[in-house]
Amino acid sequence: MIDQELTALLLYPLLGGLLLALLGAKKWAAELNSLMSFCTFAASVLLAIGVVDSGPQVAFSEQFFIDQFNVFLVMLTTFVAFTTSLFSRPYMRIEQEHGKLSTPMLHLYYSMYQLFTFTMLVALTANNMGIIWVAMEAATLTTVLLVSLYRTPASLEAAWKYFILCGVGIALALFGTILLYFAAERVLGQGGDALLWTHLNQVKTELEPTVLKLAFVFLLVGYGTKIGLVPLHSWLPDAHAEGPTPISAVLSGLLLNVALCAVMRSKVLVDGSLGTHFAGNLMMGFGLLSVVVASLFLSRQKDLKRMFAYSSVEHMGLITFAFGMGGPVASFAALLHMTMHSLTKSAIFFAVGHAVQTAGTQQMANIRGILQISPTIGWGLLLGTFAILGMPPFGVFASEFLIISTAMHAYPWTTPFLLVALGIAFSAIFGKIQPIVFGETTAKRLPHSPALLPVFSHLLLVLIFGLYMPLYLANWYRQAAALLG
Amino acid sequence: MMGAQTISLTVQFVNLLAALLLLIVFAMLSQRRILSLINLFAWQGLVLSVSTFVVAYSTDQPHLYYSAWLTLLLKVIALPWLLHRLIRKLNVKWDVETLINIPTTMLVGIALVIFAFNLAAPISQLSEGITRGLIGIALASVLLSLLMMLTRRKAISQVVGFLSMENGLFFAATSSTHGMPLVVELGIALDVLVATFIFGIFFFQIRETFDNLDITHMEKLKDD
Repeated sequence: MIDQELTALLLYPLLGGLLLALLGAKKWAAELNSLMSFCTFAASVLLAIGVVDSGPQVAFSEQFFIDQFNVFLVMLTTFVAFTTSLFSRPYMRIEQEHGKLSTPMLHLYYSMYQLFTFTMLVALTANNMGIIWVAMEAATLTTVLLVSLYRTPASLEAAWKYFILCGVGIALALFGTILLYFAAERVLGQGGDALLWTHLNQVKTELEPTVLKLAFVFLLVGYGTKIGLVPLHSWLPDAHAEGPTPISAVLSGLLLNVALCAVMRSKVLVDGSLGTHFAGNLMMGFGLLSVVVASLFLSRQKDLKRMFAYSSVEHMGLITFAFGMGGPVASFAALLHMTMHSLTKSAIFFAVGHAVQTAGTQQMANIRGILQISPTIGWGLLLGTFAILGMPPFGVFASEFLIISTAMHAYPWTTPFLLVALGIAFSAIFGKIQPIVFGETTAKRLPHSPALLPVFSHLLLVLIFGLYMPLYLANWYRQAAALLG
Repeated sequence: MMGAQTISLTVQFVNLLAALLLLIVFAMLSQRRILSLINLFAWQGLVLSVSTFVVAYSTDQPHLYYSAWLTLLLKVIALPWLLHRLIRKLNVKWDVETLINIPTTMLVGIALVIFAFNLAAPISQLSEGITRGLIGIALASVLLSLLMMLTRRKAISQVVGFLSMENGLFFAATSSTHGMPLVVELGIALDVLVATFIFGIFFFQIRETFDNLDITHMEKLKDD
């Protein structure tokens, strides 16, 4: 039933990647990139409508599985990928004008951008836990050369770290997947079906608990490297700071979510097998540690993009923590926070990208008075910062409030840590952004007009979510949360 | 439970190969010369491929023959050939790495093996037949390869460590579960191949920027 929509969803980015790889960085490559991203987004909307109306479904002889949880991530991914492609059009043009990028680099960028979207969508929709792993690794492979796109020593170092650390992490996740298969084989028998999530989900209570326990540890550590959980996060700030800004936006807003989706799929199985809160406790521990450590690192940052990368570590920690707590309210809050974080953080990276282009540096001490040169970029950055810091009426406030109030009931001892960490993060980020936005400047205007639509459309959505959540969406999220347990 | 007297010849052979695999990883850990390191990696691939053939034969799993052939092609022929080509082009064929404290590294390695066996003990209890105890060896070689990546300062040796880790994982898959589904194995093989190409591109970029392949230059990005 959903075969057509799913085919379209996966075919557009694959086709786009191949077309852009074959045709090269023509003048209209940016437009083609956006067009393909838009078609992918449209396909995801159709897919989402089908799934939300008629419930979880499998497609293509059960190789793909769509439920309310992953279709929400699919839609978020394709939407942010589309707006990021809109942002990258003027951004990359300005970079080229500043002499930072050559045509072959753009060629690589556009084709890999589409293939990256493709790998993420496969990782989200695949039913086979092994294929999810393959797609996650492929997502690293498509972005690693983009992180080193500028060929500066720092960007090479960042890309190497990203490659090696995520490679090691993902190798551990493969070991976890092998253990999962080992347990599954004993119940489901040999063959390709034993790694299908839907089949595993049906027999999860029969899976051997000792094996699944160990498997989950490996899966969490492995995919956790990709999520950027402390202490496995050290690739993340480097990769986000040194790569081109559109890539920082999609890495931070999307790839981290995709990795978390894989962890959640495993968690459902492990919970069923163990019947205890083991997986949840582990996730809460890693999540809380990430929130606290990242907030402490925030105040020491001097690089603008690096600071927001640490903010991503903090928020992913918060989401992991909320998923770890479990239950309908906490999972609902985590899903909401995932959405809010993706939208807000990518909007911030769009604004930050243009701010860095006007100032010509990422060092925060040398960026001043963005508001004077370009009021729109300045306001975008300021409002985005307000939103990510959890100021009402933005949606991040609502989701953080839900998470903290749930924590207060279920695990009261965690609340002081969370509140203090969020407070530190607030003062650190706000104290640094304020002089960047206001203040005097001598910087020049950009040669092209910046991309405003992506920034403000994201912020508007975040604002709407904060003020009013449509019933349709609330039901959708509730169903997704119920699936996660 | 299988008694010692009933252990068949094939099981003994696979056990021998597993021990050989572990030995090769230890040899890699202490090998200073890049060229020998790559040759050791090729040997490791060969042992892996032979053991997959044996498991395929003894359990009568046709799809394991495919993965055995795949291993032979990819890990014994294609990847070592690619790496040889790379080091020839980069003129690092005769490079010797200064490794500090090989004895200490070996001791840490032994500790890791003990740790791996302990971790895998409950799982070995569950598995029957050919697979008993092998998952411990597989995990040990994964951890030892990880240790190798940590102790090396040359980009190429780190990559060989990465690939050897993947070999350990592959061994875990064939020995403990009779191989993952073929579509997954093909996907993994594709990923590894693409990764090696990208590593190759990286070597050239790194050398162009830093004049050599030492990753000690690449420790600038830090939070002070």
